[in-house]
Amino acid sequence: MAGADGDDSLYPIAVLIDELRNEDVQLRLNSIKKLSTIALALGVERTRTELLPFLTVLNVYFEYCLAVLSIIYTIYDEDEVLLALAEQLGNFTMLVGGPEYVHCLLPPLESLATVEETVVRDKAVESLRKISQEHSPVDLEVHFEPLVKRLASGDWFTSRTSACGLFSVCYPRVSSTVKAEIRQHFRTLCSDDTPMVRRAAASKLGEFAKVLELDYVKSDIISLFTALASDEQDSVRLLAVEACVSIATLLPQEDLESLVMPTLRQAAEDKSWRVRYMVADKFSELQKAVGPEITKNDLVPAFQNLLKDCEAEVRAAAANKVKEFCENLPEENREQIIMTHILPCVKELVSDTNQHVKSALASVIMGLSTILGKDNTIEHLLPLFLAQLKDECPEVRLNIISNLDCVNEVIGIRQLSQSLLPAIVELAEDAKWRVRLAIIEYMPLLAGQLPLTKSLCRVVVYAIREAATCNLMKLVEKFGAEWAQNTIVPKVLGMANDPNYLHRMTTLFCINALSEACGQDITTKQMLPVVLKMSNDQVANVRFNVAKSLQKIGPVLDSNALQTEVKPVLEKLATDTDMDVKYFAQEAISGTRFTLASLHISTKSDLPF
Amino acid sequence: MAGVAGGNDFQWCFSQVKGAIDEDVAEADIISTVEFNYSGELLATGDKGGRVVIFQHEQESKNRPHLRGEYNVYSTFQSHEPEFDYLKSLEIEEKINKIRWLPQQNAAHFLLSTNDKTIKLWKISERDKRAEGYNLKDEDGRLRDPFRITSLRVPVLMPMDLMVEASPRRIFANAHTYHINSISVNSDHETYLSADDLRINLWHLEITDRSFNIVDIKPANMEELTEVITAAECHPLQCNVFVYSSSKGTIRLCDTRAAALCDRQAKFFEEPEDPSSRSFFSEIISSISDVKFSHSGRYMMTRDYLSVKVWDLNMENRPVETYQVHEYLRSKLCSLYENDCIFDKFECCWNGSDSAIMTGSYNNFFRMFDRNTRRDITLEASRESSKPRATLKPRKVSTGGKRKKDEISVDSLDFNKKILHTAWHPKDNVIAVAATNNLYIFQDKIN
Repeated sequence: MAGADGDDSLYPIAVLIDELRNEDVQLRLNSIKKLSTIALALGVERTRTELLPFLTVLNVYFEYCLAVLSIIYTIYDEDEVLLALAEQLGNFTMLVGGPEYVHCLLPPLESLATVEETVVRDKAVESLRKISQEHSPVDLEVHFEPLVKRLASGDWFTSRTSACGLFSVCYPRVSSTVKAEIRQHFRTLCSDDTPMVRRAAASKLGEFAKVLELDYVKSDIISLFTALASDEQDSVRLLAVEACVSIATLLPQEDLESLVMPTLRQAAEDKSWRVRYMVADKFSELQKAVGPEITKNDLVPAFQNLLKDCEAEVRAAAANKVKEFCENLPEENREQIIMTHILPCVKELVSDTNQHVKSALASVIMGLSTILGKDNTIEHLLPLFLAQLKDECPEVRLNIISNLDCVNEVIGIRQLSQSLLPAIVELAEDAKWRVRLAIIEYMPLLAGQLPLTKSLCRVVVYAIREAATCNLMKLVEKFGAEWAQNTIVPKVLGMANDPNYLHRMTTLFCINALSEACGQDITTKQMLPVVLKMSNDQVANVRFNVAKSLQKIGPVLDSNALQTEVKPVLEKLATDTDMDVKYFAQEAISGTRFTLASLHISTKSDLPF
Repeated sequence: MAGVAGGNDFQWCFSQVKGAIDEDVAEADIISTVEFNYSGELLATGDKGGRVVIFQHEQESKNRPHLRGEYNVYSTFQSHEPEFDYLKSLEIEEKINKIRWLPQQNAAHFLLSTNDKTIKLWKISERDKRAEGYNLKDEDGRLRDPFRITSLRVPVLMPMDLMVEASPRRIFANAHTYHINSISVNSDHETYLSADDLRINLWHLEITDRSFNIVDIKPANMEELTEVITAAECHPLQCNVFVYSSSKGTIRLCDTRAAALCDRQAKFFEEPEDPSSRSFFSEIISSISDVKFSHSGRYMMTRDYLSVKVWDLNMENRPVETYQVHEYLRSKLCSLYENDCIFDKFECCWNGSDSAIMTGSYNNFFRMFDRNTRRDITLEASRESSKPRATLKPRKVSTGGKRKKDEISVDSLDFNKKILHTAWHPKDNVIAVAATNNLYIFQDKIN
């Protein structure tokens, strides 16, 4: 510690400590994040006896600052400070003197575990769980477990909700009498008066079940699970569905039918759509948890019902799971189940009234083709794809296009091009730019798989208009310079005379991208004249882009053209009235000078030194 | 708690009055909402100046056992400020339209307050300690020489006088195109609804950047608009049920379990109109200004211009009880239309056991109805009878013919003195009545 004559090394720490209470939230946050530095400087003893007691009430202090300043916009930052504090304390064991003293961290974390802000509370619980591992078994019973009990029987629901997350970490490490107490506390919280606590208990039910002995799972957990799953509050019931997954994985197969299935069946037919939504959302997990036999007998009809649910949100959630569900069906009768039970529902969903449902389906439906194989895909799925490609909702169309590749693998290019290409080409001129963008993005992929047809060229032309330069380059690389010269270059150059200056600039951008792939000949003979001509454009933006383009295509040109054609134009632009044009022309001159110089060297290098 | 009126039950007596006595009433001081919290320990009022005042019930003292504890100011804060919507060139008033308490969750108290557009969640908490001791400043606040710090000080906490602080915790904005008329906290304690003229949104108390639209009655063409939402409330026990009332005098009960969008109601409450009393004003006076579920959740009460109706949730075709609030005004509707009074939005409330109801009227009169005995009483909130423990005398308005002694004629009623907002303590016979800028608190007399 510091000597009597002062020590300037203490100054930064002193600032940090003072700033724990600064009016500026940012400074407070900064100090909190350096809490370990402060603790280190104070030493373990003072950290335990002075710093931690102060931190225990820090949250109260912050609110005071807030009220005094009445700054509304900082309220979220304030939570961030407490959040940072809760997080820091989880890593504080060594700073308070090691595992032997880790229990000193409990009071400040306990206080944070009762604040009303859920994020802060959750973080405090997370840190408590972390430091619980650093408690010796004795300390766990002497210090940690009483804290859990205090929280569990707290007056306010905030502390009781926090307790729910702590049972599972101490349960495995305490004596059997304490275990019994913990089970009792958990039972009490499951039937708490406030829905908040029941929700917290329901969400931790699965986790708690995992650390319990199997006998207690069967005797205790199942009854709690059944009770929570028939709670009067929707929000509690739907969390029980989540717990269902973990409980089902814990139980032996023969007990599932009697212990879990009645509740699950009831949840799948719950009056509240939110609960059914949860079942739909967790369907794949449930399916894995209950195994193939129950899936075949119970889940298939349940899934059919969810796909036909009267609430669109539920149908959309179920539609999202179609592929995963089908994939995980028992192999031996998968195809039969899909064809007879699932596919009819899917067919109906294709013409659903709700666009979210359709787009959810469109995002997974292509995946079915791998499961069903070529013949079924062509006969049953292709019509559905086609229908969705022509759907009025752009998102549906988009989702289909984005997943085209997986169908390709199954049915082959010929079939795909015959049946889907016309629709795809149509989409290239779709009114929605997102669809067009998707088409452009998929074009290189399509081009690799589809024969070069006239209609594909239309897509290409379209891409040019949209200035999809990056894709143009890929296409030219694929089809060669000659193809480019015939199809793309004329279109690009044609736009140089467009009345819209943005389109004129597109010409320049395309030339930038194409010059290298097209080679010196085409660039010099066809593109350069157009670029040079555009240096007289009225619009300054076009002119300085000419300068930029010249710099870019310079390396492709031969030195003769550079000297005789490019240089004079750039020199003229360098005296332009527009500042930007001047700037970029000068840039280009120094850039091309470099090119000229390098050319010069390369000619020279032919000579022996 | 059987009765509201005199007789063998009990009598109401004056307890307190809050607010200035001046004849000149500043617009900003007019109380616009009154609400007890769940325990009745706290009472909040909002005013047209955007302020929220919270009163706390003081424990009764031992030396004055005849007096119930009084409500004293606990915290005052500015909840809303006037704003201007530059896009629509619209002023947004700071007036507090509604206050709703949240069930208590920790030592602090929380409430939602709303003006026309923005809902705010406030935390009201107490503090009795402060941190002391800086490293870089001495006790007088003078800076220390940074190079002469010989040791580090950690702040210590010292006791101090109790301070009550209100801090804004959440701001729920930009979800309402029209004016918010109601907010109501759901029994799941994590969501609440907010209603404007045409839409109802459902919010999560922790999420401010999105809400779900659960009712939308806006027609595609605004010229076809025939009714607006006037009030909405969540069921006190069933988290999935809420009701909303309309300007056409109907109430729709919706079930959020059935579908995400509750455009189609589960139940539709409407009393067929009596053709004999039909007039030009029928539609205006049938508009419902407030709807409240009973604490038990079995009944709901609606207030229209002239009456209060109690509906059994299981009977949609007519109310089970109808109470006339000021039937004598039926002949005066024409002048009430001219001075716009006919559009006043009176609220109503239940007592703690649902056995009595209260609502306001004009001339600083307010009315109570006992549901068991069917007795009713008119009381007045006035400075004249504001002596401590003074018993409130029942008032009577003479209806036609000769005016008896102690009666007031309809023509001498003061229509500028209206009681729109009242609240009943959730457990005791304590009521709070807002009369313009004054808040009156009355309680039953202990004999």
